[in-house]
Amino acid sequence: MSIKVVRTKSEFEGTISEETALVEGTDLRSWADDAGLTIVGKRHPRIDGIARVTGRAMFTQDLYLPGMLHVRMLRSPYPRARVRKIDARRAEALPGVRGVLHRSNAPKAAFRGEETIFRDEVRFVGDEVAAVAADTEEIAAEAVRLIDVEYEVLPFVADLEEAMAEGATKLADAGNVSDSGKHDRGDVKRAFAESKVVVEAIYRTSTQLHNSLETHGAVARWDGGELTVWESTQHVFGVRAGIQAALKIPYKDIRVLCDYMGGGFGSKGGAGKYTIVAAIFARQLGKPVRCFLTRDEENLAAGNRSATYQTVKIGAKGKKIHAIEHLSWSNAGQGRWVADPTGPTNGLYDIANVRSRSYKVLTSLGALASFRAPGYVEGTFALDQAIDELALQLGEDPLALRRSHAKQTTDPVTGLRYSLKRLLRCYDIGEKEIGWHRRKPEGARGSAPYRRRGYGMASQLWGGSGLPPAYATVHLNPDGTAVLRCGTQDIGTGTRTVLAQLVAEELGLEVDAVRVELGDTNSQYAPISAGSLTVASVGPAVRLAAKDARCQLLEAASGLLEMGTSELRVQHGQIIGQGHRTSIGEVLGQVENFTVIGKGSRFPNPEGLSLKTFGAHFAQVEVDVRTGEIFVEHVVAVHDIGRVINPLLATSQVEGGIIQGLGFVLSEERIVDRPTGHVVNGNLEGYKIPTVRDIPRMTVRFTEDADVKANNIGAKGLGEPPIIPLPAAIANAVANAIGVRIRTAPITRQRVLEALSLQ
Amino acid sequence: MVRVPKAPSFVGPGAIDVALEVNGEAVTVHVPPHRTLLDTLRETLGLTGAKRVCDEGTCGACTVLIDGKPAYSCMTLAVACADRRVETVEGLSTDGLHPVQQAFIDHDAYQCGFCTPGQIMSCVGLLRQNASPDTEDVLRAVSGNLCRCGAYPNIVAAALAAAKKTKR
Repeated sequence: MSIKVVRTKSEFEGTISEETALVEGTDLRSWADDAGLTIVGKRHPRIDGIARVTGRAMFTQDLYLPGMLHVRMLRSPYPRARVRKIDARRAEALPGVRGVLHRSNAPKAAFRGEETIFRDEVRFVGDEVAAVAADTEEIAAEAVRLIDVEYEVLPFVADLEEAMAEGATKLADAGNVSDSGKHDRGDVKRAFAESKVVVEAIYRTSTQLHNSLETHGAVARWDGGELTVWESTQHVFGVRAGIQAALKIPYKDIRVLCDYMGGGFGSKGGAGKYTIVAAIFARQLGKPVRCFLTRDEENLAAGNRSATYQTVKIGAKGKKIHAIEHLSWSNAGQGRWVADPTGPTNGLYDIANVRSRSYKVLTSLGALASFRAPGYVEGTFALDQAIDELALQLGEDPLALRRSHAKQTTDPVTGLRYSLKRLLRCYDIGEKEIGWHRRKPEGARGSAPYRRRGYGMASQLWGGSGLPPAYATVHLNPDGTAVLRCGTQDIGTGTRTVLAQLVAEELGLEVDAVRVELGDTNSQYAPISAGSLTVASVGPAVRLAAKDARCQLLEAASGLLEMGTSELRVQHGQIIGQGHRTSIGEVLGQVENFTVIGKGSRFPNPEGLSLKTFGAHFAQVEVDVRTGEIFVEHVVAVHDIGRVINPLLATSQVEGGIIQGLGFVLSEERIVDRPTGHVVNGNLEGYKIPTVRDIPRMTVRFTEDADVKANNIGAKGLGEPPIIPLPAAIANAVANAIGVRIRTAPITRQRVLEALSLQ
Repeated sequence: MVRVPKAPSFVGPGAIDVALEVNGEAVTVHVPPHRTLLDTLRETLGLTGAKRVCDEGTCGACTVLIDGKPAYSCMTLAVACADRRVETVEGLSTDGLHPVQQAFIDHDAYQCGFCTPGQIMSCVGLLRQNASPDTEDVLRAVSGNLCRCGAYPNIVAAALAAAKKTKR
């Protein structure tokens, strides 16, 4: 097969970029809706289920190598300070301590744009100051306490709105606030002047902590010049690139592995300082080294979803939204970027006049990291509430108002036609499933005199188109079983199972005959498992690899069975031709051991089309006006994501998104003590993620049309869409129930009671 | 006659031998008194099914059965388990999958799978004590097991389905 260079526009988490990639062979057209698929589109339990339920699934945290050393970090107790002097002699003298690294003795290692792992100036509580490697974790932890550090404490600011204010302590020469994104469409100034009704409000969202159950961590081993790193990551190739940049080792000498991983939600996108530290220690000390963050460290230094301060001004002429202005400030902590909360405002609804600005704000806190639909969750919380506030002023039904702004078939930002848009269909299904007709503009009495009932909804827009490059290889063994090798990861979404289904469908095998090997940089490249792009990026490459294997198999069978290849097909592990069925094993068994190797690559997205996911969530809630408690009774989620490869796993994804969204809107809030810059609830006791008792009745639906123009499997991403509209839908339902709007997430009991008392 | 209380037998202060039963096998581990059962299972005995997530008794990922009842192994000292019966997820499937394990697979009661061993042990502990639990019983049994991916509805469905199957 010949190699071609392709250029393509790709979207990742709201940012569109030009990519150049290499592809081999030719692409296939997508299976049509009536293609008669027998495996793809069907419920199939996870192929790695047994490993997961028996404890045999090996997570990075479960790796204990002989002679392994354990690392613990010393972290800054100050939000900003200069490290004047470090004296590690007492720590080094502790029996069992094998090494201490800090700014004075650590080798140079470039890390995310900086030259070193240990900064001279620490910039948040939890910033890395030193690391200890010891025989046990206990000894390492004890040694950390014996490191003497002289700090010069510097002025800091540990709050978003404080950092935005005039006269705030400057954390960078250019100031704390910098531009991060903008969009202008139409003439907003004139449109507001023409608007008869204008609503303007401030919305705030809190910092959400990922709290992946497996904390960030890595195990590193040097073996005669080769470095092997096991890491709990969403991107083994990203970790490899990070290690190469830091330690200047050629790719051939780095192997990064991730078999099972305990959640990332966006935060595990590449090498961490713990990775580099483990690798340095492993090289210096000649032993395997493990460095895992504790829960507290995880919540200080492993990322978070930015808190936001947003203003939305929205105007209507007649019953039509005429103009919108959305300004947003995101708390980057010490991060170098922020996600853009104005993305949904720019692209979701048919609005002619739009002005949006997004700003990054530095604070003396840990850097943000992508968190499931970064920006879009926060932005939709503001946008879809603003739409409801306008609807109330206009005396319009909020769903009807959205319907009349959801009809355009072109992307307002790029002007390109959508490959598929089923937002109206999502509304139709959701309206029926939730019983929207029961919604009264003034809310309704609930199940008790002190309980009010309300309904709310919101929409989602996300990219999810997937992108090249991604590659896969299918090895078809002489016994008719196959091994798929691909450099992607299964972060809990079910990637292994879905890819096995694609191979089985295309190659004509049973799913059980396919083994899937992922998470290894010694296989071919696949992108990060983030941005809802895994299935749509890797899936098409996997299908082509399986097709290549099938074609080769049929050529071999043609020779062995003495039939033309066009007379032959493969199904359920059997080669069928001229009315005869022969198992693949029997056919390939006729020759000396031979493995068919099929290769596939991800072709570019179609030119001139906009590929998006759409959807809507509807919520029914009750609010106890005495206590402020919110009872979410029913959530209906309807998504337009193209072909659903496995409805069992897709439903799990949507339910998981709803539940994480419930945490965002009802209970999750990192609390920082402003005078000291300390996070006071960086644990699972004080930081409230949803428990099994917080789960409402959920109805999950898909519009189910394949997006046949998108790629050869007709699928788009699903990881992020189901968290996006949930918080706004709940906020709208609460406002409908109690007649007062709470514009700050999470909507805690305290905030409900405060809002009610001000009424 | 004045009863003289028997002097307690002290051991330690360093590491001591502790005999316990793990998944049906008698084992003796040499552990310091502050070593948790979780770390002993994972690091000394190589049973890594129980996970360390919070290490302070708030998440349930380390749940094992002690004398048949669910317990947080991160909050239990290994020395406190002398002569007691400890069961971990690894011990459930010696003779094919346990019905709870099979139900977890059938109902897709996991996503990343990190909380799964703990969830399963809580459910198995429940079924040992209550062969026909209702939804409320299941909610109570797993309310101390956090899942960040949000597999909760399927976990509850799996526990109820396993109970039905076990009863039959």
